[in-house]
Amino acid sequence: MTNVGVVGAGVMGTGVAQDLAHHGHRVVLVDNNADALDEALAKIELDCRMSRMLGGPAIDAEAVLAQITVGTSLDLLAETEVVIENITENWDLKSALYKQMDVACKADTVFVANTSAIPITKIGALTSRPDKVMGVHFMNPVPMKTACEFIPGYHTSEQTKDTVRALLDSIGKKAIPVNDASGFVSNRVLMLTVNEAAFLVHEGVADAKTVDEVFRSCFGHPMGPLETADLIGVDTILYSVEVLYEQFNDSKYRPCPLLKKMTDAGLHGRKSGKGFYTYQSMG
Amino acid sequence: MSNDARTEIRTFITTKFPDVTFSDEEDIFALGFVNSLFAMELVMFIEKAFGTRIPNEELHLGNFRSVALMADLVARQTSAAVG
Repeated sequence: MTNVGVVGAGVMGTGVAQDLAHHGHRVVLVDNNADALDEALAKIELDCRMSRMLGGPAIDAEAVLAQITVGTSLDLLAETEVVIENITENWDLKSALYKQMDVACKADTVFVANTSAIPITKIGALTSRPDKVMGVHFMNPVPMKTACEFIPGYHTSEQTKDTVRALLDSIGKKAIPVNDASGFVSNRVLMLTVNEAAFLVHEGVADAKTVDEVFRSCFGHPMGPLETADLIGVDTILYSVEVLYEQFNDSKYRPCPLLKKMTDAGLHGRKSGKGFYTYQSMG
Repeated sequence: MSNDARTEIRTFITTKFPDVTFSDEEDIFALGFVNSLFAMELVMFIEKAFGTRIPNEELHLGNFRSVALMADLVARQTSAAVG
């Protein structure tokens, strides 16, 4: 059992906290928004109840929730051995957070960046412990996914890799090593696909349902790119494409204006009840 | 009660999928227009609309495959609450 801090109670942080707690780890879930923490606990309870129905194991929601402590202060991370960061894909926010985490945590605490596109080496440079910083790109929904990208930064030590690999093993995640570059492997391809699918809707070539139907029926994909966008979060897609654009300075990563408009309008996908499709909200 | 429940559940589904036709007895998952993630929406809808909390042992896809099965589930929960 490891004491793990999870920072950021959005879609990914909530899933990571749930998965760790389900596998017996003690979890401290921290977010600067108390409402987000309440929503996270409600989501974890619902997901545990729904697990068997979605093809997973029967999970005791109360036992999982008992493993999780929540709070708004980074001071709660003082006793953690590993901290997994899952905040918004925004460099200014991450930059401020890692400097604070560096002070709030023990010197030997390992930091794991669960980022979609920001290079790990750049994140490590924010701290006094670049050898103890590495990237893990979890997939959504975290408890149902059995693999993740495993991304050491330039200075990441072998000991840090071993610690993180052991933690991933303990929650049944296969770690697929890839080298450090913006977007890694998965999002370098996926984000451009979703962005281009959004352009098709934006330009009136096809509506969202039709775009997804092509991927489902012609390619045999279980979900189309715009259903996937709603699952990941339309805002997260936009921020990831923006990071790729900033990192590579290549116009092929230009964000679709429709993603910007939807993000500004609060149409963030499943988590907000409406994105490219409309959903029954949790509220 | 059961007929009212059928109507409400059917309305919820057809609002989401207005182009699809199906009977109350047909397996909506087998018809292919919904996936298992929609099952979660169905649970949330039923708990909210009928003011019930579905117990863990009733949370399996078999109870959500058709409008009729969902209405039966609602009836069981309602009678359990009354009884």
